[in-house]
Amino acid sequence: MNHRLETTALWSAYVLLFGGMIFVKNEHAIHIAAQIVILGLFAISFNILFGNTGLLSFGQALFYGLGAYVTGMIAKKFGGDHFLWALLLVPLVAMAVALVLGALSLRLSDVYFTMLTLAFAQLVWGITIKWYDFTSGDDGIQAIPKPEFLAGGLHYYVFAFLVVTVCLYLLWRLHRSPFGTILKGIRQNPTRVNFLGLNVFRHKLLAYVISSCFTAIAGGLYAGLDGSIHPDMFVWTMSGGIILMTILGGMRSFFGPIIGVAVFVLLEDVVGRSTQYWSFFIGAIMIVVVMLFPKGIVGVSRQFAGLFAKKGDPLEHS
Amino acid sequence: MSFDVLISQFLGGLSVAMLLFLVASGLTLIFGVAKVFNFAHGSFYMLGAYFSFQAINLFNNFWIGALAGAIGAGLIGMVLEICFIRRISGREEEGAFQILLTYAFILIIDDGVKFIWGPAYKTISKPESLAGALTVGPVTIPTYNLFIILLGLVIVVTAWYVLSRTRMGKIIQAASTDTQMVGMLGVNVSLVMSLLFGVATAMGGLAGAMAAPLRTIAPGTGVEIIIDSLIVVVIGGLGNFWGALFAAILIGEVNAFGILWLPQWASLLSFAVMIVVLIFKSKGLFTREQGRKKI
Repeated sequence: MNHRLETTALWSAYVLLFGGMIFVKNEHAIHIAAQIVILGLFAISFNILFGNTGLLSFGQALFYGLGAYVTGMIAKKFGGDHFLWALLLVPLVAMAVALVLGALSLRLSDVYFTMLTLAFAQLVWGITIKWYDFTSGDDGIQAIPKPEFLAGGLHYYVFAFLVVTVCLYLLWRLHRSPFGTILKGIRQNPTRVNFLGLNVFRHKLLAYVISSCFTAIAGGLYAGLDGSIHPDMFVWTMSGGIILMTILGGMRSFFGPIIGVAVFVLLEDVVGRSTQYWSFFIGAIMIVVVMLFPKGIVGVSRQFAGLFAKKGDPLEHS
Repeated sequence: MSFDVLISQFLGGLSVAMLLFLVASGLTLIFGVAKVFNFAHGSFYMLGAYFSFQAINLFNNFWIGALAGAIGAGLIGMVLEICFIRRISGREEEGAFQILLTYAFILIIDDGVKFIWGPAYKTISKPESLAGALTVGPVTIPTYNLFIILLGLVIVVTAWYVLSRTRMGKIIQAASTDTQMVGMLGVNVSLVMSLLFGVATAMGGLAGAMAAPLRTIAPGTGVEIIIDSLIVVVIGGLGNFWGALFAAILIGEVNAFGILWLPQWASLLSFAVMIVVLIFKSKGLFTREQGRKKI
């Protein structure tokens, strides 16, 4: 399958599938779909950093929680009418925070970068739990108000779907732009990118800021979904979960991560209902993916499609 | 604040630090020398505690329990290395896949433990010979804590001796630097790595068995300890035992005195310490920066 066809197919599948959810009358299904698009935005923006640029941050939950708490705390304090502008404020706050944290952590290489991002996220998680007067601590924030027209599962889903689609379009343009190509170059050979006269650190920082910004928007959207947020949105298992879903879907593809999210959320819904040993199954699935299908669901599909293609290695696309 | 309080706080911090070091020493071996990002190291710690609980129930002897904890965790670690971790080595993005794989181990071991022993807390008691306390002047310290401190010192000296003064240690270090070359010299590198992984997970299991009388045994304890031990390993510099010892003492004491002065924020201090260290020394406290080749 050629690359253009694949992109068109995936975009249409995305729009048809999640747009079509509007006509589904089932509240539960709509809730699941809303979770998938929100976490999908998180995973795809994370993958700009991970799959594209080759930076494994173990602390992106920091921005997810940040978006949720900025939105949630403002809406809770000033009322539902302020929900929307709180959501608009989220990218600005996230970019400011990402600029500082990115400048500090991107100087470090490999595993040290990963550990520092982890430490920042854990620190913020701890502060959120302990600073009871400001964040209401371990209780989280419940009953976050929303504007009238977003009340009800379907209305909020349409809103979230539209926001996510716009964000995904922007990220996709970025992915296909010269900037996106430079990021790929940084992953494959930073020295060469440097020899081309490009500032590697500055590009990494920009990627980090953009990725964190969209992650925070996903968090802000989540705050309105159930109207309930918790400090555990910051914790490292959240970042870990997103890494898993991204690899499960396929980190070398733009849409791979959201496919991973969809599979994960649906599995959790189905398997989680029938057994209490849900994480055992997730672990087993992960081992199978790592050992046998390291290119993820998209990679396997490409391989499969490649059997019918005339020439070229379908895995070469990224 | 009186001098006695400071001393006993210091000793308390030291025994916490040594427990932390026992876990972290295995991790630094895997992480720094075998070059495997083993997120599941805490789970081997937990397994060690459960194995020792089981063995103590059967044989009613603490030392057999400790041995069972170490050997059991080590064997499982070796099997996992041979069946899974070894097979993904050399892949592109190896690190990410190692994290993923060992993360899967965490999930499976946690649920497995819940399945076999149930979700309830388990406890084991200290061995009778070490149940007492030692009083020096105004300060009292439980004998068991003293034993833990000594054990930590024995381990750091042994590890340093084996790694830097024996033929085996040299082979391990060489294999860690240039796997292919050592392989060509006729050393079975993958066997060495499996053994190393086994020894490291056995150290994790031993730490779990040793910590069990002071803490509770429960599913999820492995996840709690892994972040703290990662902090210790990173601050100390990957693969550096003396560094890990220093970092463990630093973290232990910062926590012990943090509780006195900043009780509400004490649990955040470990992260704060790691952030400060990494910002100023980007490869941990005791890793020599090798020239400037950064971009």
